[in-house]
Amino acid sequence: MYSYIIRRLLLSVVTLLAVLTLVFFLVRIVPGDPAQVILGDHATQQAIEALRNRLGLNQPLYQQYWDFVSNALVGDWGVSMVKGTPVFDEIVRVLPLTIELTVVALAIGIVVGVPLGTWAAVRRNRLADYAIRVVSLLGLSFPAFVSAILLLLIFSIQLAWFPVISFAGTGLGNHFRSLVLPALSLGLIMAAYVTRVTRSSMLEALGQDYVRTAKAKGVPASEIIWRHTLRNALIPIVTVVGLFLGVQIGNSVLTEIVFNRPGLGKLIIGALSQRDYTMLQGLMVVYTFIVVIVNIITDLTYGLIDPRVKYE
Amino acid sequence: MTVSTDFRVLTRKRKVAILLSNGLRETIKAFNSNKTSWVGLGLFMIVVVVALLASWISPYDPIDQHISNRLQGPSDDFLLGTDYFGRDILSRLFYGARISLLIGLLSITVAIVVGSFIGVVAGYFGGRVDLVLMQTMDILLAFPSLILGLIIVAMLGPSITNLVIAIALTAVPPFARIARSPTLIIKEREFIEAGRSLGYSDARLMGLHILPNILPEILVMGSLWMATAIRVEASLAFIGLGVKPPTPTWGGMIREGFENILDGPWLAVWPGLAILVVVFSLNLLGDGLRDAIDPKLRGEGAE
Repeated sequence: MYSYIIRRLLLSVVTLLAVLTLVFFLVRIVPGDPAQVILGDHATQQAIEALRNRLGLNQPLYQQYWDFVSNALVGDWGVSMVKGTPVFDEIVRVLPLTIELTVVALAIGIVVGVPLGTWAAVRRNRLADYAIRVVSLLGLSFPAFVSAILLLLIFSIQLAWFPVISFAGTGLGNHFRSLVLPALSLGLIMAAYVTRVTRSSMLEALGQDYVRTAKAKGVPASEIIWRHTLRNALIPIVTVVGLFLGVQIGNSVLTEIVFNRPGLGKLIIGALSQRDYTMLQGLMVVYTFIVVIVNIITDLTYGLIDPRVKYE
Repeated sequence: MTVSTDFRVLTRKRKVAILLSNGLRETIKAFNSNKTSWVGLGLFMIVVVVALLASWISPYDPIDQHISNRLQGPSDDFLLGTDYFGRDILSRLFYGARISLLIGLLSITVAIVVGSFIGVVAGYFGGRVDLVLMQTMDILLAFPSLILGLIIVAMLGPSITNLVIAIALTAVPPFARIARSPTLIIKEREFIEAGRSLGYSDARLMGLHILPNILPEILVMGSLWMATAIRVEASLAFIGLGVKPPTPTWGGMIREGFENILDGPWLAVWPGLAILVVVFSLNLLGDGLRDAIDPKLRGEGAE
């Protein structure tokens, strides 16, 4: 298994390299000179030239590329072109907040989605099943920022249960209060998704022979469902949840904007509007890295769920 | 194509039409067998009609400002109220449907054409072609799609063409995957072997004999991904990377509404509901269709 993990990590280095290359060129297609953008329209020619030198923009492209890739792989992502602080530090400062948001949303999704999906599968083609299917499809249709705005309107503005602006105060209580609505708005979309996947996966598992055998020998229905069937239905659920996590990390950008919550999302919006190339490059690497790590964790989870899974 | 002897005497043009319509007929048959897809189609058609008739049924011009009537709640004059500049929200909603549908439809059409081409070619030729094409797709998939779209639009600038390019690019890899796996199976079937022994070219086998067979699956995914495309367009407009104001877009309306959320909550709610209706109708349509075509796939969303 360890050799499997090592091989997967090596393979992800290749993916990262390809992404780095893509990012490098993508960022340079932009019309406009970043030095000009940073210094504004009134900057003198000398000032612009000096900044271009400092940012390494005057070096030949292959030199820039080599520096970028070799430094990026050892965690040196340069300094922000706008703020002058190391990109790595800026990202690491807010990364826990985005991860916290996504993980709590994932937890909400699983806690709500797995039981609902199981229930729908067991009551197939009955009222409960239809209701759950329609509601979950509706939940899946929410753009992340619309659900966020609705929650904000209802719970922060109408009912005033939560602060309108997240991170209004410090301390554990405030931290928790500022997390509830953003996590809920992402979590409900996640729940809708998990519900649908659980339902289809459970339907397939419930049709297997061992379920009939268990019924025949008199195992209680609840035990068949929760202990035998669900465990067998879990692998497809984990797979799609893993894939969806990448989508959610993208969606968290919207949630962070609506709730004015610091995180990767606010960082990327700022970097885009200020043409902060180095920051953008760093952020793209981080996003890719997260997706790659999530994929590996997903793969390793299979072994935990199903002892028959072998890592070759 | 009922009797194969008839098929041989047909003109070439007619043969092509039959082969392609077989693929479409499968889709339509699946469609008829499912009630929820009818509800989805009905809802979606209402939005399409509204978008087409926007210039006739809108009570006001979507850009005209009635400054003395700004930030009004729903009334007889303005059925859904007015925005910060005193523009009629209902009219803006009607016109906004045009942008959403246009970008959604165009980007998914591009994604279907490019994605199916890549997928069928990868599956048909296999080997190194397959490896290179699908690895490239995997790399594109390693970005969260919203982030990729966001960066491309920010780089190229927000115009309808650039939005279509950005959204299509994020949807190409899934279509390539969807097209590739059935191609792998179909290329081993006898009728492909027969075509090959008759000396048909690779392009002909792929375009006329494999593509029609995988068309139903691709079109079903198309409706689900169009839902995603409309959602992504709205998200980009909300971030400020949509078609430039004053052109009404739903995402842009939500953005403006959100800035004035304390003055008029309805500003953000109405366009939010509009997006929800369109995306929901397409999801309903695609979900019902997929149930009919392949019961095994039930429940997995496009995203």
